[in-house]
Amino acid sequence: MSTLQPAATPESMIDDAVPPSSGKAKKTATGDAARAVSSRWASLVAIIIAVLWTTPTVGLLVTSFRTQRDINSSGWWTAFGNPGAFTLENYREALEPGATSSFSQYFINTVVITIPAVLLPIFLASLAAYAFAWMPFPGRDALFVAVFALQIVPLQIALIPLLDMYTNKLGFGASYWSVWLSHTIFALPLATFLIHNFMRELPGELMEAARVDGAGHVTIFFKILLPLLTPALAAFGIFQFLWVWNDLLVSLVFLGGTPDVAPVTVRVAELAGTRGNAWYLLSAGAFISMIVPVVVFLSLQRFFVRGLLAGGLKG
Amino acid sequence: MVASLLSVAPSGIPEPFLRAESTAGKFFLMFFAVAFFAAVFGLVLFLASLLKGKRGEQGQGMLFAAPAVLLLAVGLLYPAVLTIIQSLRGKSGDGAFSFENYSAMFSQPELLTVLRNTALWVILVPFLATAIGLLYAILIDRARGEAFAKALIFLPMAISMVGASIIWKFVYQYKQTERPQIGLLNQLFKLVGLETQQFLLEAPLNTLMLIIVMVWIQAGFAMTVLSAAIKAIPDDIIEAARLDGVSGFRMFRYITLPSIRAAVVVVLTTIGIGTLKVFDIVRTMTGGQFDTSVVANEFYNQSFRYNAPGLGAALAVLLFVLVIPIVAYNIVQMRKEA
Repeated sequence: MSTLQPAATPESMIDDAVPPSSGKAKKTATGDAARAVSSRWASLVAIIIAVLWTTPTVGLLVTSFRTQRDINSSGWWTAFGNPGAFTLENYREALEPGATSSFSQYFINTVVITIPAVLLPIFLASLAAYAFAWMPFPGRDALFVAVFALQIVPLQIALIPLLDMYTNKLGFGASYWSVWLSHTIFALPLATFLIHNFMRELPGELMEAARVDGAGHVTIFFKILLPLLTPALAAFGIFQFLWVWNDLLVSLVFLGGTPDVAPVTVRVAELAGTRGNAWYLLSAGAFISMIVPVVVFLSLQRFFVRGLLAGGLKG
Repeated sequence: MVASLLSVAPSGIPEPFLRAESTAGKFFLMFFAVAFFAAVFGLVLFLASLLKGKRGEQGQGMLFAAPAVLLLAVGLLYPAVLTIIQSLRGKSGDGAFSFENYSAMFSQPELLTVLRNTALWVILVPFLATAIGLLYAILIDRARGEAFAKALIFLPMAISMVGASIIWKFVYQYKQTERPQIGLLNQLFKLVGLETQQFLLEAPLNTLMLIIVMVWIQAGFAMTVLSAAIKAIPDDIIEAARLDGVSGFRMFRYITLPSIRAAVVVVLTTIGIGTLKVFDIVRTMTGGQFDTSVVANEFYNQSFRYNAPGLGAALAVLLFVLVIPIVAYNIVQMRKEA
């Protein structure tokens, strides 16, 4: 059970919101001086890493606000010398409804794919997790271990038979249903496991007391558990949201590249292959696909980090 | 429109519930799907509430678990078994029983390159990402603006690998040395007087260039986990060491590192597993051409482009088999720690 132990108790993760404990070191005069020197070096190295890590993104961001001609004739670092040349033209073209180079349809597809693909596994996994945690039935523990173990199965191993089932048996073909279902299936082991562990930590007396009062499982599930589960559901929900929003493989396999259904990631990847030098489009498209996860990251950083830690092994 | 309303998929699902072209239609589909699954959810609960008594209790439990368990059995377990069978039935996946696909994997030169590349990825990415993440976590620990400094490194985790690939493809962009450069890396090459390079075309350099992208993404993950582990080291241990005159690198070597060993192992193995399955970066940056393919990408190409689903299936099985020792190592390490 231990591979996922850090994931098992989202609450136990030290999260970033906690301010670093202060006043740790008892200071001495010599220690101070030595530390000041070493901390100057430390800061320098840290700044170098931070610059290395952000410059590539800044480069493409600046590029996305330059004209097609400027992009191909000079480096983005020269753009700061002529701030008047910045333009929103690339974004206008990338978002214009109906245009062939537009990403707007694909963006809508991403939204339409993501929302059910986050909600469905939460529905199903919280039901199953409740059963595994608090409802004894024969074979329960073996079944739970099996669900847990499925986490290590790479999704690649299921793709082709699933595609065959969708097209030939269910008649879904390249429709949202195939990605909704697939994302749900691939998320279930992790979701069930996470929510189960969270539920196990709730005091059993809570359930006992409610049962003595004559409450059924359905009432307990909705009235008592669901409100308590919010942190676990949020952590999983955000992880799943990013996973689906950023996914390429699942959509590529089940949806192909048609504008009817394909998400932004598929479109951007395809453009990178076919029009690798259309940087005015690629840069704008890439940032259109990134803006939502980045906003989610900045506003929900706490849950976000927990969710990512929890889901580290998925896929 | 009328025609599309009347047309029915083979399964009997009417078209409007399957596909939509207009934005309104797509959102209708989305709400319908959520409502449909909420109804299934409600139905399960309703049926459960009908079951009474001791047997009923057990029935309720099974009913609650049933949707998830059934979906996993039909949608993951059964397909996995089919894939394993397919991998044993020749290149096309429907021939006679043979180990042809597996022997091809270890004898064909192109596939050997794929294995070599995958090995390079799995060795380099976890160690580089963890080393950089750890270094950064130590450097900014308790520094001013720590949260901001962390966010800078962590941000690549939030964006898609496709987005990351575009960002880096632009960094690697090639122009002839005489011409003005638009790729940052070649500009730097030019500044120090070197010839500009086609970073994504020349093997084995190109694989290393792709690996950098993955390190760039994963370092934030390593940094976050290790930073949390460092903060969890009890203050008195560090204080005691400091009183004994331990500091700097020795502090790291004898106090910090042993205290966060478990976290380091988790980070290494988690990144290792993620790296083993890397697909998006290779697919977006080179498509696996110029000797850059890795197992997950080759799986896709063999299955969907080269019409060799049997070989593709074998590669998927290989991926699964390669994951197992990493997970096993992880479990053993965690047991030792506990």
